[in-house]
Amino acid sequence: MYAFEIERPTSVAEAVTALGTEEAQPLGGGQTLIPTLKQRLAMPSKLVALTAIADMKYVRRDGDTLAIGGGTTHGTVAKEAATHFPGLAGLAARIGDPAVRNRGTIGGSIANNDPSACYPSAALACGATIVTNTREIAADDYFQGMFMTALEEGEIVTEVRFPIPEKSAYMKFEQIASRFPLVGVFVAKYADRVGVGVTGASNDGVFRWSEAEEALAGDFSADAVAGLTAPDASDMISDLHGTGAYRAHLIGVMTKRGVAAAS
Amino acid sequence: MPKDHGIGASTKRREDVRFLTGAGNYTDDVNVWGQAYVAFVRSDVAHGTLNGVDTAEAEAMPGVIRVFTGKDFEGVGSIPCGWQITDRHGEPMKEPPHPVLAQGKVRHVGDPIAAVVAESLQEARDAADAVVADISDLPAVVDMKQAVASSDTLVHDDLGTNLCYDWGFVEENREAVDKAIQEAAHVTTLELVNNRLVANPMEPRVAVGDYSRADDMSTLYTTSQNPHVIRLLMGAFVLGIPEHKLRVVAPDVGGGFGTKIFHYAEEAFCTFAARQIKRPVKWTSTRGEAFMSDAHGRDHVTKIELAMDAENNFTALRTETYANMGAYLSTFAPSVPTWLHGTLMAGNYKTPLIYVNVKAVFTNTVPVDAYRGAGRPEATYQLERVIDKAARERGVDPMALRRQNFITEFPYATPVAVEYDTGDYNATLDKLEEIADLAGFDKRRAESEAKGKLRGLGINCYIEACGIAPSNLVGQLGARAGLYESATVRVNATGSISVMTGSHSHGQGHETSFPQVVAEMLGIPEDQVDIVHGDTANTPMGMGTYGSRSIAVGGSAMVRATEKIINKAKKIAAHLMEAAEADIELKDGAFSVAGTDKSVAWGDVCLAAYVPHNYPLEDIEPGLEETAFYDPSNFTYPSGAYCCEVEVDPETGHVTVERFAAADDFGNVINPMIVEGQVHGGVAQGIGQALLENCVYDETGQLLSASYMDYAMPRADNVPMVTVDHSCQTPCTHNPLGVKGCGEAGAIGSPPSVINAVIDALHSGGFTHVTHIDMPATPNRVWAAMQG
Repeated sequence: MYAFEIERPTSVAEAVTALGTEEAQPLGGGQTLIPTLKQRLAMPSKLVALTAIADMKYVRRDGDTLAIGGGTTHGTVAKEAATHFPGLAGLAARIGDPAVRNRGTIGGSIANNDPSACYPSAALACGATIVTNTREIAADDYFQGMFMTALEEGEIVTEVRFPIPEKSAYMKFEQIASRFPLVGVFVAKYADRVGVGVTGASNDGVFRWSEAEEALAGDFSADAVAGLTAPDASDMISDLHGTGAYRAHLIGVMTKRGVAAAS
Repeated sequence: MPKDHGIGASTKRREDVRFLTGAGNYTDDVNVWGQAYVAFVRSDVAHGTLNGVDTAEAEAMPGVIRVFTGKDFEGVGSIPCGWQITDRHGEPMKEPPHPVLAQGKVRHVGDPIAAVVAESLQEARDAADAVVADISDLPAVVDMKQAVASSDTLVHDDLGTNLCYDWGFVEENREAVDKAIQEAAHVTTLELVNNRLVANPMEPRVAVGDYSRADDMSTLYTTSQNPHVIRLLMGAFVLGIPEHKLRVVAPDVGGGFGTKIFHYAEEAFCTFAARQIKRPVKWTSTRGEAFMSDAHGRDHVTKIELAMDAENNFTALRTETYANMGAYLSTFAPSVPTWLHGTLMAGNYKTPLIYVNVKAVFTNTVPVDAYRGAGRPEATYQLERVIDKAARERGVDPMALRRQNFITEFPYATPVAVEYDTGDYNATLDKLEEIADLAGFDKRRAESEAKGKLRGLGINCYIEACGIAPSNLVGQLGARAGLYESATVRVNATGSISVMTGSHSHGQGHETSFPQVVAEMLGIPEDQVDIVHGDTANTPMGMGTYGSRSIAVGGSAMVRATEKIINKAKKIAAHLMEAAEADIELKDGAFSVAGTDKSVAWGDVCLAAYVPHNYPLEDIEPGLEETAFYDPSNFTYPSGAYCCEVEVDPETGHVTVERFAAADDFGNVINPMIVEGQVHGGVAQGIGQALLENCVYDETGQLLSASYMDYAMPRADNVPMVTVDHSCQTPCTHNPLGVKGCGEAGAIGSPPSVINAVIDALHSGGFTHVTHIDMPATPNRVWAAMQG
């Protein structure tokens, strides 16, 4: 690790100011950034920790919407979202291990947009709104490829707002070493539509499997998915742990299981 | 009633109290006043010409004391290899030099190029970033068969080849084996890979070099399984320091699994640099460095052919193996695919003709050496896989086929040069059938199928050779060391005992089990006996702990030394009781005169030895301290039968191990609880190899599995409860304890049963075209195999 300064602002406004300094970088729960720093793969001069901002830590239901503060840990979401949105709580409960869940935050996950992060699949499937210190961004506009988002320099994810589905489930097929999803599929059924968000699989990062969404909108059953052609394997990640063809195949399997398990 | 102390008791591990309460003293806990820190600059390319190293900027940076490069080691010895193999043609193996820091070329990712010594670790690392190595990239040699087929690119130019040796065993059998295979009623052939592994002990390697100007004494604190071996190799071959001026200390060591046997460049560097700068120098490996500098394990590519007659009797066996040596020869590397592998190819079976060919190959990868089992897992895996395949091809029960071919009479001289002293392979297989509840398998399979899963059952037998080794024999086979073990039993004046052993404990529980032996022999409480190990300054010359040798060889040395103690103590007791020595009996910690009620306590005899007022000084010396060196007359041959049940998800190829049972014959057992723990750990590593672990290089020699994000270690939820039984005991016939060793069995015996079970599961699901899946049987591989 290289030496750096750290600030711990207690409000979003202070954090924004602190992030205005050159080479300052925001630090959420640190589950990606701290290991990167430990390996000397990044050299920020200043870190602005967001974890002391009390206003960014909440799980709040507002009618059919579940609003989660950007600084809320996965562990908190797993507990507090359970009655309102069990599919999302189930996703949060299976991220990493207890240490990761007690540090990692939804805002950090969404801002980093790791191609194998779990949350982005739920945000996309649900058509969530990403709220920042300056604006509201629709999930479809927000995720722009591996590690790419619509966020501007210094912009902070303060809240993620999920329309609560009638039924949902997250199915994760783990990569055997990291236990990140090799393929993760979030299925969300609403009265008028179905969302299918896929993480871990594509060279373009998290995406919506629109063919499955259309098929499931008419017939929300595992059989409706069974007949679909798998996404194009050549668009999928191919690495040590899985070929593109395997990942494409798993998307179908995980989607089918997600539909069957949705509650 | 199980015993509650002494041999056979499950005494709780006394060392765990300090390990579990943070009171252990590991090498990284060693901090010597005034110490400096070293950061190594390592090659990030697999192969290249090293044109020069620019250290000017680094030397000018804050806190930097000195920057070393290969030039500083030009007058220094090469990291030595401890075993010389003679090839099929009677020629010695190719043995390239291995400089402490790279000279002229870099040969694998992680090869150390320079070392920055600074006041703090931070400063050392910062300056290491500023060292500029001028490297002209060369194509990398990665694939073993290509490396042998073509000499266009050479890992070591001076050798003219990438082939280290081409070994044939038994060469005289070659034609007879070829003929038997040609004439056989049936031949089963299997090509397979024994995947490269990274040992990954929980504690990474650490070295602290110290130098005392006062007495010209060098001290190395290091994470080693064998401090005396390191002292010998480093002192005599690398740095030219005589033993009395070199002390090597291996304190608490957090797991070794083989990878801490070897002498490493970092150890030599820290010792050398401390003498140069007259200050202690400390290095602690990062986990990333461990992946690219700890010797790796396995990495064999094998073709095996098993010939049978019309009645399915094994008639001949032929194997051809490519064994990866990596870029340099690590300490015991050449012995692993040869004498630790070829000699085990008979397995548990009376195959009359065997020929083993091994081509050891240099590649631009991290050196490969012994890893838990070392050669024996590779032998067991190929043999037990080909037998399973043969059973399918012949349509016979795999257990019946094994039983039919078992060796049943002992001693048995195999056609591959070893003599099994004792064993009962039917007994362990019978026991396995019972503890694995094979009778209930069909019901369990039906339950799995009801959940949409395929259930498979795999069994295998194994035999291994432990207790390495008779020194005169291994000397003939090319070992450059003896492989005896030593013990000094020091009885103190009040009767407590310190046993100084040449064995080293790095997880095995010697501090608990060794006292059980001494206490049993003397009839005193175990807590009166302490074990001292790991420091060349206060232990007799020993060869260390690996190859499941500690109790069989080190324990035997301890028995011999304790016998000497008893003999002398009897003389003292005879004198004290004015009786004939022949009439003295030792029982429950007291010496008595046979046929009388006269007796003298252990403590009184010890006191008399050190306060010899009433003592036979004319006949014996005062004091009660004895040393013994034990050189075994044969290997020991633990054996057993293992059973694995898996479930395969037919949609994803995901394999889970549902049940695992191990029936072992370890001969006599000192501490059953520790033995079970050793089997549990070995099985976990075997399941890891079979399903998860894989060290992968790409074609440019980049290490793809260089962290835990990509290298899958087994975790608790990958391993089921393991049913362990060691009640089948055929005691070793040639060591005083009748013990065989248990440390490696789990890792040797488990991989074939896992893969056999996966294949069985796929066949039950109709995927009968699948005859083999290479380890690790990852979900993708299993799924791909099902696709055809």
